Order: sequence, then structure tokens, then C-alpha cells
Amino acid sequence: MKATIVATVAALLLLGASRPGAAQTLNVVATTEDLASIAREIGGDKIKVTALAKGYQDPHFVEAKPSFVLTLNKAQLLIVVGRDLESSWLPPLITQSRNAKIQPGGGGYLDPSTSARILEIPTGTITRAMGDVHALGNPHYWLDPENGRRIAKAIKDRLSQMDGANAAYYAQREADFGRRLTEAQQRWKGQMAPYKGLKIVTYHRSWANFAEAFGLDVVGYVEPKPGIPPTPQHTLDVINAMKAQNIKIIIVEPYFDTKTPNSIASKSGAKVLVLPPSVGGVPQASDYFKLFDTGVALLIDVIKATGAR
Amino acid sequence: MVHSGRVMCTVIFVLAALSFAVPARAQDAQADLRAQVALLRQQLDALQQKVAALEAAAARPATASPAPGTPAPAPPAAVPPVVDVPAGAAGAGGPTGPLPVFGNASSQSKIFNPDIAMIGNFIGAAGKSPVDPLPALQLSEAEMSLQAVVDPYARADFFIAASSEGVELEEGYLTFTALPGGVLAKVGKMKAQFGKVNTLHPHGLSWADTPLPNRNLLGGDEGLNDSGISVSKLILNPVLFLEATGEVYQGNNDLFTSHTRSNLAYVGRLRGYRDVTESTNLDVGTSIAYGRNDIGPDATTRVIGVDATFRYRPLRRANARRFIGRTELLWSRRDLEVDTAKAFGAYVSGDYQFSRRWFAGARYDFSDRADDGSLRDKSGSLVLTFWPSEFSQIRTQYRRTSFAEGVKANEFLFQFLFSIGAHGAHVF
Repeated sequence: MKATIVATVAALLLLGASRPGAAQTLNVVATTEDLASIAREIGGDKIKVTALAKGYQDPHFVEAKPSFVLTLNKAQLLIVVGRDLESSWLPPLITQSRNAKIQPGGGGYLDPSTSARILEIPTGTITRAMGDVHALGNPHYWLDPENGRRIAKAIKDRLSQMDGANAAYYAQREADFGRRLTEAQQRWKGQMAPYKGLKIVTYHRSWANFAEAFGLDVVGYVEPKPGIPPTPQHTLDVINAMKAQNIKIIIVEPYFDTKTPNSIASKSGAKVLVLPPSVGGVPQASDYFKLFDTGVALLIDVIKATGAR
Repeated sequence: MVHSGRVMCTVIFVLAALSFAVPARAQDAQADLRAQVALLRQQLDALQQKVAALEAAAARPATASPAPGTPAPAPPAAVPPVVDVPAGAAGAGGPTGPLPVFGNASSQSKIFNPDIAMIGNFIGAAGKSPVDPLPALQLSEAEMSLQAVVDPYARADFFIAASSEGVELEEGYLTFTALPGGVLAKVGKMKAQFGKVNTLHPHGLSWADTPLPNRNLLGGDEGLNDSGISVSKLILNPVLFLEATGEVYQGNNDLFTSHTRSNLAYVGRLRGYRDVTESTNLDVGTSIAYGRNDIGPDATTRVIGVDATFRYRPLRRANARRFIGRTELLWSRRDLEVDTAKAFGAYVSGDYQFSRRWFAGARYDFSDRADDGSLRDKSGSLVLTFWPSEFSQIRTQYRRTSFAEGVKANEFLFQFLFSIGAHGAHVF
């Protein structure tokens, strides 16, 4: 009986493996390493994933290098962060890619932000007097693990659509990713629970979703307005606010100059924490799970060191 | 509130009309009217109460004033009106479902309108220049761009430039993005793919002016810009990015003159690019332009160009540090009435970004005159640029020019570049 089952399973597996077209891997390009990491979780060995921007790079300031044109030329699926994050560099690359599939609106263009929870969508009249404001909301939405789950679902749906033969494989991997993410979320929540409501200052508005997911309260920014470098008056205001509210932590993305944050820290008795906002931002944040593992660990270290509460 | 005010006016007007009508009516009709007036009065009272409630709500502060130094939190209750994305927009890269409606331009508030932007280029000049001096203060150009995807197969880009010389269609072309065989085709009026400077709009240059070789040998400030067809193909290979471009133009522009319909102008370009490391790269190209000139249908002009660009931009500090070193060399051969003039020109430039907002640069350029290879102009420039934000630049340039006739010019140029609206990202 046992032998029959084993033989049947083996035969089925062989059949599955020998089905025509099943061995072909899809060529997927993601604009950031975060999306690439989630795509790998879902696609497994059925897809080959390349990321354009590095995790330690400011995703607003990527150069539209011709080498990216070559990468996009061969792509069957392009996954973008969207919400205008890549608007200063991606559109000309897509135009030059000579690849009809990945043009916006094509079957090979995926913007998972359409199904994610987006914060800070501006209301009322917006002008650039507000700085480089994102009219479509905060594009750093991958920093909420719940959005990671939504991104994974969007990728699973699209991969299954493009490669129906492996739909069950993608669905199984998405379910597995979701299960591991739920476990990890419980772990992270537990680690962060004692510090719920912790007040922090960040450099850029990269951390809205992260703060929401991990119970932090962002009360100020080193940048006076998004994309506008620190000014002396604003720096002074931040120092005073930090003193008044006893804020001990300034979170800085790895691609910003730490000069101003350091000077604010020394004057307000706080500590600067360089936190990776993306997979690959620091070497140990090597995938989507480790991004949060690293972030939470770094945060708890600095909370303990400063006695922040 | 405006709306309820209007309702009230209407009500008062109706009441007044009714009171005029009263004397003409019989007794029983008057009772009827009284009842109607009472009803209207009730409605008026209800409206007044509503107005009072609305006024009270408006007077109430939306949020408590924030602590000093703390950025104001997003207004919590103000929900913007929503509009549904028209069917067919789904998957166009934009958001789907109900979209908030804002009072101002955002790159997505358009739904189907093209991205519209306006770029102002204000140039001031001081110092002495005996040859072709610039006005002291001038809005040199206002450029409007209209850019959008046409259909699943193409996109369109229009650039309209207004200057003291009038309004002109600077560029207007269709780009076919979905052609088979790795081909990208453009049709319309456009800047020819010749070298680097010729392909850029004035606001894309790192100087307030155009280098001498482009001015003397490639059609001046306008450059090689004409109506035609451009086809470029990627030559895929494992070593480098290689792109070959072939273009055919009508042949009437600042460099060429078409005497008959068959007097077309041709431009060819081969461009190679390779990443050296993740933060450095090399970009080299060679270009050729050929067509009839203004001397006559048998007189031709041929310009050959070579360009090389070295870029350094450390990824970890991409917002605050970069270096671009660039050179372009141009060889011109132009048939004249009796003989042929050969001329050569080149520039070499370096631009260094040393902080998030500051750039310093230098340029040396020289060029023979297209009509006389023995006359050579030379110039050197120092440039300092400040970026208040991504959307504006303030530049000062010191330029020293020594003209072939032996006269010298010492000038300070000031430039203010400012952009409003959604201007599409530039090609690398």
C-alpha cells in the first residue's frame, strides 16, 4: 500500500516536472530589494528576480542608467513601488526598454501599492511649498508587514495569471509566506510591546507605516519639509521639541548625512540610530523578514542604551 | 454654506412675491396663503438653524495647535471628496477605485490629461562682451511640456518654447514603445540624437550657455532640431549597452537647408555604455550628421562628433555627491561657394556636487568657425549652482571668451531655472 502511494506521488511529480513549459523561469525585475525579496518568497525557483535600486540607496534618487534599460529589456514582469516613488527615474527607463510587456498598463507591469494600506495621503490643496510632497501618499508602505502580505498577494495573483501552470505552487508559497509572517509579527509585537507609544524623531518621512505597525510615535522630522535639507531654525525647533518631550531617538536612513542628526542628538541628549528602510540597507537585513528582525533589534538596543520610554 | 445662503435668498424672494400678490386675492385665498407663508416661515427657521450649526462647526478649530517645533499632524477628519477612476484606467499604473480629488496639480490628478509642466529660464548677464552680447536681464525661455501615454503602443511628448523671438514648437514627437525586435521609433519634430549637448533642453545643461563647438558647428543654441523619423535599436551583447540610432530629417534647420523635397538630412549615432563599478560608469558615443547647406543644392555639410562621459555617484550618498566629466569633439566639413571649410571644436567639462544643494563646475571650450577653419574662438567658464529644491536652480557662471578677431569678453551670467507642474524625468 505504502509503496503504491510513493510510486503514485513520484509518478505525479515526474509528470509535473516534464510538462512542457513548466521548466521555464519567469524573468522578474523589481525596482527595490524589498519587492524583490517578497517576489522571491512567492516565486521560488520558478522565477528569476533582479532588483534595480540597492537597499542602501535613496530610492528617490536612482540614476536611470542604460544598464537598467538592458535589465528591463529582458523582463517579463516589472514590479514597482508606485505612489510616485520612482517617478524621477523609472519612466524614461520603461520607455527605452523596448519591452511592450512592462509598459504601464501592460500585463507585465505590477504596482502593488494599489492594494496596500497607504498613509499620509494629502488632503486639501497641495502645493510644492510643502516640499517634495508625495501627492499619492507615503510611498514607504512596505515597512508595514501587513502591507508585505498585501504585496505578496498581488505578486501571487499576477504570477498565477502569467504562469497558470504553476498557480498552485505560487499559492502554496504565498500561504507559507503568510504563515511565517504571522509568526514573525507576533514575535516583533512581543519584543516591541514594552515600548508602545515611544516618541521618536526621524530624518525623512520614510517611517509612517513602520511606526504604525510597531507602535511608535513620530513627532518630528530632521527635514523641515520632505526633500528639503535641514535649516538652522528648524533644527533648533526640533532640539527644543525633543527636550520638551524627552525624545531620545533620532532615526536616520543610511543614505542621509548624519551631521545634523548628530548635532541635534548631542544638544538634546538623544542618540542617532541608522535604521535600514529597505532590504539590503545593512548587510544583515538580507531579506524581508530580516529587515524587521534587524530593525527591531537595533531599535531595542538603542532604547535600552538611552533609557527612552 | 453658500448653497444655504442661496436657498434663503430664494425663499425671501418668493415671500416678497407672495406679499405683492395678496391684495389681489379673495378672502378665502388669503387664508390659504397664510398657511403657505406659515409653512415657508417654518422652513426658513429650519434653514436658519442649519446655517447657524454650520457656522459654529466652521468656527471650531479643526485640531489643537501643535507644540512648537512639532510638525502639524495631518488633519484627521477632513475626508476629501472622491471620484471614481473611469473604466479603462485600471492597471495604467495609477491607483484604482475611488480617488481623492485635490485642488491642485499632482502627477495623477489628471486621470487622462497629459502631465503639464512649465519651466522658466531667466538669464542675467553682466560684464563686457563686444560680440553678440546677451541682454542684462531676460526671461530667455519659458518651456511648456505636455507628456502622456497615447495608447498601449506609444507615448507623446510636446515641448513648446516661448521666448522674445516668439512661440515655437521646440519638440513634438510620438514614441513607439511596443515595437518588435528591440526597436524604438520616434516620429515628429525633435532634437537629433547627436552627441550629448544637442539632445538636452537648456534646463538640462550644467551651464547657463551652450558650449562653443555646438554654437559654431552644430546650429547654435537651437542645435540640430528638425522634423523627421528616428529609429534606434539595442544591439544586445554580454559586454556593454550598445545602441545604434538612425534618423532622417526634412533637412531644414539651423545647420542644414533643403532646396528640394529630396534634400533630406541624415543623423546616425552609436552609443556604448558600461557600469565600471556600482557608482562609476562610462558612456561613449560617436555621431554623424549629413545634409545640404544654405550655399546650394550641391553643397553639403557633414559633422562628425565623438563624446565621452564619465560619471561617479556613490549609491550611499546619491543625493549629495556626484561627479560628471564630459567631453565632446566635433569635426565639421562644409562646402562653400568655391572650396570646402574644415573646422574643429571641442569642450571638456567637469561638474562636482559637493553637498545636497551645491554644485561646482568648470568648462573649457574652443571651436573654429564653420565657414573658416582658421578662425578659432576660445572660452573658459567657472560655474556655481545652488538647488533650493529639486524644482529650482540658481546658477552663476563666470565666462571668459577670446574671439578669433582678437576681442575678449569677460562676463558674469546668472541663471534662475524654475519648474512647476509635472515634468517628466530626463533620459540619462
